[in-house]
Amino acid sequence: MDIEDILQRGQQQAAKAEDLRELDDVRVEFLGKKGELTALLKQLGTLDAAERPKAGALINQAKVALQQDIEQRKEHLQRQALAQTLASDTVDVTLPGRQPAHGGLHPVTQAMYRIEDIFTGAGYRVVAGREIENDYYNFAALNIPSHHPARAMHDTFYFGDGTLLRTHTSPSQVHTMEQQAPPIRVICPGRVYRRDSDLTHSPMFHQVEGLVVDEGISFADLKGTVTDFLQRFFEKDLKVQFRPSYFPFTEPSAEVDVHCVHCIGKGCRVCSNTGWLEVMGCGLVHPNVLNMSGIDTEVHSGFAFGFGVDRLAMLLFEVDDLRLFFDNDMRFLQQFA
Amino acid sequence: MKFSEAWLRQWVNPELERDALLQQLTMAGLEVDGVESAAKPFSGVVVGRIETAEQHPDADKLRVCKVNDGSETFQVVCGAPNARPGLQTAFAKVGAVLPDNFKIKKAKLRGVESFGMLCSADELGLGDDHSGIMELGQHLAVGSDLAQTVGAELPLDDITVDLDLTPNRGDCLSIKGLAREVGVLNNLAVSYPVIEPVASASERVMPITVAAKAQCPRYLGRVIEGVDLSRPTPLWMSERLRRCGLRSIDPVVDVTNYVLIEQGQPMHAFDLNRLAQGINVRMAEVGDKLTLLDGQDVELDAETLVIADAAGPVAIAGVMGGKHSGVQENTQDLLLECAFFAPLAIAGTARRYGLHTDASHRYERGVDAELQNAALQRATRLLLDIVGGVPGPIVEALSADDLPITQVVTLRQSRLQSALGVDIDANTVDQAMTRLDFDVRERKDTDAGVEWQVLAPSHRFDIALEADLIEEVCRIYGYNNIPSTVPVARPALAEVPLAEHSEVQLKQQLVRLGFNEVITYSFVDPQWQQAFDPSHAPLQLLNPMSSEQSVMRTTLLPGLVQVAKNNSLRQQTSGRAFETGLVFLPADGELVQRAMIGGVMWGDREAEGWYQSDSPVDFFDAKGVVEALCDWAGQRVTFRPLIDEAFHPGQSAEISIGDQVIGRVGLVHPHVQKLVDVSPAFVFELRSDAVLAKAPRRHQSISKFPQVRRDLAVVVQRDVPAASVLETVRDAVGEKLVDVRLFDVYQGEGIDSNEKSLALGLTLQSQTTTLSEEEINALADAALQAMQLKHSARQR
Repeated sequence: MDIEDILQRGQQQAAKAEDLRELDDVRVEFLGKKGELTALLKQLGTLDAAERPKAGALINQAKVALQQDIEQRKEHLQRQALAQTLASDTVDVTLPGRQPAHGGLHPVTQAMYRIEDIFTGAGYRVVAGREIENDYYNFAALNIPSHHPARAMHDTFYFGDGTLLRTHTSPSQVHTMEQQAPPIRVICPGRVYRRDSDLTHSPMFHQVEGLVVDEGISFADLKGTVTDFLQRFFEKDLKVQFRPSYFPFTEPSAEVDVHCVHCIGKGCRVCSNTGWLEVMGCGLVHPNVLNMSGIDTEVHSGFAFGFGVDRLAMLLFEVDDLRLFFDNDMRFLQQFA
Repeated sequence: MKFSEAWLRQWVNPELERDALLQQLTMAGLEVDGVESAAKPFSGVVVGRIETAEQHPDADKLRVCKVNDGSETFQVVCGAPNARPGLQTAFAKVGAVLPDNFKIKKAKLRGVESFGMLCSADELGLGDDHSGIMELGQHLAVGSDLAQTVGAELPLDDITVDLDLTPNRGDCLSIKGLAREVGVLNNLAVSYPVIEPVASASERVMPITVAAKAQCPRYLGRVIEGVDLSRPTPLWMSERLRRCGLRSIDPVVDVTNYVLIEQGQPMHAFDLNRLAQGINVRMAEVGDKLTLLDGQDVELDAETLVIADAAGPVAIAGVMGGKHSGVQENTQDLLLECAFFAPLAIAGTARRYGLHTDASHRYERGVDAELQNAALQRATRLLLDIVGGVPGPIVEALSADDLPITQVVTLRQSRLQSALGVDIDANTVDQAMTRLDFDVRERKDTDAGVEWQVLAPSHRFDIALEADLIEEVCRIYGYNNIPSTVPVARPALAEVPLAEHSEVQLKQQLVRLGFNEVITYSFVDPQWQQAFDPSHAPLQLLNPMSSEQSVMRTTLLPGLVQVAKNNSLRQQTSGRAFETGLVFLPADGELVQRAMIGGVMWGDREAEGWYQSDSPVDFFDAKGVVEALCDWAGQRVTFRPLIDEAFHPGQSAEISIGDQVIGRVGLVHPHVQKLVDVSPAFVFELRSDAVLAKAPRRHQSISKFPQVRRDLAVVVQRDVPAASVLETVRDAVGEKLVDVRLFDVYQGEGIDSNEKSLALGLTLQSQTTTLSEEEINALADAALQAMQLKHSARQR
């Protein structure tokens, strides 16, 4: 009976065990109830009392040593097994993921919401309007009587019963002033319609109208608001210039040019080498318009501005053909999703 | 309005380079829309006289001409069809330099020597006519230098400027008006040509009556007898007209056009002998007809102001003359008309007849009501100089009370400053008034600053309000000299309604569900409209762009299906799109403009991927989207089979909340698919207000007790709606039913062909206790019994 010998065999077998089952067999063979080391312990009684403690200690040392080995081997085998499982569970991480389909807002809508965010932050309210208007709201209440030459600039779609498709969002000014007393600060976004279709005109397009009526509203306020808006919208410190112009519902009226967002005023294809882009019309609300809407011009004054959203969206997203917006090609729309 | 820069500078010549002048005009509100070269320098070109023109021996289209330059005769080969003996034309001699540095050398054309070149207007930069060589009048001396002759009148380095004038600046529709404006801008005096009255040399008059006094406050007529219309328009005049974008027609038309461009006063000339005695300016009467100068026959309506003679209308006042009474080649005696028509009388007329003329353009915007006499004198002088004749006295019909009222307008300095937001001192205003030629009747100092009483000159018929004066001062002061400030606001805090979603939130829901937003036209093809909504008669546009865009949509579906179609044609075989917008529903004379949200799905459910096989979208994909939106809005909606010609009868549903129908969902009817030529597409459309609602959310406590699941399989008749079976289960089980799922529907082997099997998963839970086995069984039995009772269901 050689403890050393048994231990050595046990250790060798444990080291050779290829899986947990084999390892357990080794444990049973040496440490189990009928195991070889267990058997040695059982035989302790046959030894002299004086030798027993020493022999017992030796056997126990051997048991502990073998148990340690088996534990180590077990850990090793478990690690190995896990490694195998992991290896077999490995996926090609370069395969495309299961992406939920994602859509997007139309670029014109995105530009529109950007505009709304800029103005609502300054306390402007967003009001929606109707698209079929009558002559009064689209023209007469805006100081454009029936024979006014300015009507020729509008290319109106008519229905023959006195109603028409609004040619601008300006009627919303009138509706607002009829419904609300100053102070007023609103923007009115929406679809507008003109009988015109070519590279740069669509018979349906989008405008945003802005209206502020309060005490002491000045042309300087208008300039500041419009300049700030354009700089915020394009997120560029662009130069803005105001040119005298004419709209029947504002006076003084101005046409607003902004430095080309593409070349910053140097001149390029986008701005036809002028360095400037004509982007909106504005002015102080004409006293006739205020009067017609029941606002006392001795107390209140106001400014209004209006611009095409499609054009701003074209500049913002570098879209070079207006018609793309109404073509609704998914390949185009997905670029903004 | 097109004008010649050189001509303008002859009246007022600021020390500004060309670009700076144009920039100044644009910045003053007279927007430069385009610029083109009107004339370019050339040299060595003289007036030549063709003595003989003979056929070239070897070329059909060439002629060999002998051209006299006043002292010598040269042989010149020329291809122009109008090269003929006696013609005086532009002769570029050897050594001449044409525009763009084109040098003329001795040449041989098909074997015949040519010493120089006969030139078209185009070749000399004097027009775009290249149909033949120039036909210069006999009034030019043979041999005279053409560049000098033309250049002496108007410099050869010139441009034609196209101004886009706003309707309020009718006063700038002439060289005179523009010069005045440039004078104002640069604080310069303008040298206006002196117009001397031309005394009458005969007593011949045409009697003039004005019946429509309000429409025609002033009408001047003058007879000129014995004109010789065989004389050509002189080069200096045709050249000035050309540089302002007008073609030379005949000397009489050219003179009236010249006065129009120079003075801004439209005029008309009649052939006196084609007028039946007595001119009457009146409104048209029923039955009045007129053949216009352009050959068009028109029936005149009662709102049309006409010039009539005893026989009927001879011109639409301020718009266009009649053909019969117009000046012809053999006309000998003229009646010149020079009137002030009220803008309102002319505005609209031109458009009503589809005519837009230089005259109507000016009358609509307003003409200086004090200009007529001077303009008529100017025209008389020019005509006499060109075609001769004997002028009669000017006959004027005037209704002074109907002339535009020039009113005194008050300008308050305080008002000016508050409107512009800048302190403008009184001197600046004084100077602006002087420069604008505004007559300050009174100027007084008040506590609130200076007050001016101002009378505008007759050419500024747009000044009636204080705001008009503020604008003028603002313009002179310079828009870009006004500071930029931000208005002081007193904004109220935002209202954020608990029971509403915003439109952007709604759109974002669909974006998350994989939909791309589209924007389609609100006017659609009537055929498509009819196909998708046969029950509504849509609003029709009176003047659509095209028949495909002629009716207003009553549903978003035509646009959405068109999107699916167009994209499929572009190989985008699967997709999802949505749109929000108004539909237009005419109902009992009232028009409802209703906001809707709609969507379309076509092709495959999901993008092709390695992890799945393709499957096409079906009804339940579309319905699922609608359910997702309605759940989000907190709306309990019911789906019932839809009866609608536009939809597949077995795969479409009407969506309602209570009794109110809020939309529809389903597969486009195969008939409609075929009609509009589109592949199968699933669509839905809902009233926006239904899904912009937001049901208030309230917390409900979550049970601490375990939940259990019981599955039941029942067989019912095929036509029993699943939704009603689920409803029965909910009612029968009551509050302990946390959820019921329909996890399988089976039809086929093992059950009757009229039947279907439904597999229901009931999740049961109590708020107060752990459910016992007996309780669970009792609840499941209750569900089964209710289904047996209501739907004749049997357990499977």
